[in-house]
Amino acid sequence: MRTTPRRSAPPLRSSEERRGDPGKADTARRGRRTPLPYALVLPAALALALALGYPLVRQVVLSFQDFGLAQQFGRPPEWVGLRNYRDLVGDGYLWRVTLRSIAFCLVNAALTMLVGVGLALLMRHMARGVRLLVQTGLLLAWAMPVVASLTVWQWLFDTQYGVINHLLTQLGLDYAGHPWLLRPLSFFFVATVIVVWMSVPFVAFTVYAALTQLPEELLEAAEIDGAGASSRFRHVVLPTIRPVLLVVGLLQVIWDLRVFTQIFLLQEAGGSARDTNLLGTYIYRLGIGGGEFGMSAAVAMFMLALTVVLTAPYVRTMLKQEAET
Amino acid sequence: MSRPTPPALRAVANSVGVLAFLVAAFPVYWMVNSSFLDRNEIRNPVPTWVPFGGDLDNFRTVFATDQFVNALRVSLMVTGLTIVVALAFAFVAAVAVSRFRFRGRMSFIVTLLVIQMIPVEGLFISQYKMLEAVDLLNTVVGLTLVYVASVLPFTIWTLRGFVAGVPYELEEAAMMDGCSRPQAFFRVTLPLLAPGLVATGVFGFIQAWNEFTLALVVMTREDQRTLPLWLSTFTDVNRGTDWGGIMAGSTLIAVPVIIFFLVVQGRMVSGLTTGAVKG
Repeated sequence: MRTTPRRSAPPLRSSEERRGDPGKADTARRGRRTPLPYALVLPAALALALALGYPLVRQVVLSFQDFGLAQQFGRPPEWVGLRNYRDLVGDGYLWRVTLRSIAFCLVNAALTMLVGVGLALLMRHMARGVRLLVQTGLLLAWAMPVVASLTVWQWLFDTQYGVINHLLTQLGLDYAGHPWLLRPLSFFFVATVIVVWMSVPFVAFTVYAALTQLPEELLEAAEIDGAGASSRFRHVVLPTIRPVLLVVGLLQVIWDLRVFTQIFLLQEAGGSARDTNLLGTYIYRLGIGGGEFGMSAAVAMFMLALTVVLTAPYVRTMLKQEAET
Repeated sequence: MSRPTPPALRAVANSVGVLAFLVAAFPVYWMVNSSFLDRNEIRNPVPTWVPFGGDLDNFRTVFATDQFVNALRVSLMVTGLTIVVALAFAFVAAVAVSRFRFRGRMSFIVTLLVIQMIPVEGLFISQYKMLEAVDLLNTVVGLTLVYVASVLPFTIWTLRGFVAGVPYELEEAAMMDGCSRPQAFFRVTLPLLAPGLVATGVFGFIQAWNEFTLALVVMTREDQRTLPLWLSTFTDVNRGTDWGGIMAGSTLIAVPVIIFFLVVQGRMVSGLTTGAVKG
């Protein structure tokens, strides 16, 4: 699904790799006016319209209504115009949650990129066996279902019997019985460890794949011409992988802005929800938890708007590549 | 990568590599390890690093609970239904997008890209209200509907790459040899697409099998929980958490996914990064 950290990335198409494109078939069939393609697209379009399009419209309406518990029990919802939005904008809590979400997103995306790209670069210089080991480990972490990895990490960070407290205590630190989820900062530290752990594999593999496309002759030529390691990196390696880095980085930001499962489950495991809510969990707790559907719809619209702003450059990049086909 | 690496750099790279392997793989190992340990070993301040003398009691406990078996049933139904419907819808749409140029094709593609980016949290409130209004909360059909919509964009996009990878000339050649166009498609192109369909289907399986957020929203009744929901409620703060049992449950859920994932990932990674099919 769109939230899983497995992170089914939309394909990044590099412009040189373009085998078997529809170009020929298109010319073969262009100009033919047939309803067939429309019939073929119809089932998918209908499913999307029903499960996403209608709710979107419904949500816009909902966000302009007073829809709380009373309406849930049958009273007709009242049209309140922009009141939900006004209330939210005036509410310091929404801004706290928003800033918290953005900060969490940026820290996690940056760490993930740093570790992932670093690993990918180093992977080129590892002994074959070690590289295989790293790739196996990364694949395992990548393949773990999100809820299963959450339970394991909770167990690792467990206050009484967790391995992490045990190891830190062995190192002579005072971590016996340390409750990791109690304080917000430490709560987010745990969440960050988990999110980065499960996001790094995608970055590392994608960037490593891009690195295998490096023009080896160019590197050699640069070396013969006396270019040092750092200038080879800047002038040969970086330009080659820049498009991939941009798209992968953008995807990380988009994905990390909407972490839900990790935060939600850690909250259930003992964090204080109020002090640790991010946008996703806030919407859930406000709406489905608290019955304030009108208000939570307004927050959801706000989150959608934020995503659109962040996504625009990504969609533009993808479309540019699409237009080249 | 034929150029020799300086020894110092290689040593650094290798040590970082080993460390990365340990950090990446340890939680997975720890899950499997703990699932074999009994209560005393779990509740020992000194961890048991290797499950010598471990047994399958935790697994027995898990299977003995009705909740697990029930959640397994719900998960299998939702996942199966999602894959079948999503693959069928996505396949025909992918054919349209990659084999025809028609008015609206571009807007369809843009829509897919945009939808792909919509956070599920941004819509689940109104999806909940919609399903509630038509009495589809807590039903397999209701959850499948929202699952299909959320895997469709990715599925269409991926399949489209696979369809485009089969040269149209093959179909033309078959048509010249006397096949009708549908015949050419079903006899020539479709068999070549089988690996693509399998890979995409497996990915759909993984997504639906692991999904948590929408399941949490749609399946509010205990008897309709999917496996991830069941696992998330396994922790019991009051009685003290049965970590052995949870790890056994996690292992049971994770193992099929890990196996499937290892099977398809090579293909998918190349598909993800190039949009073209290799090999």
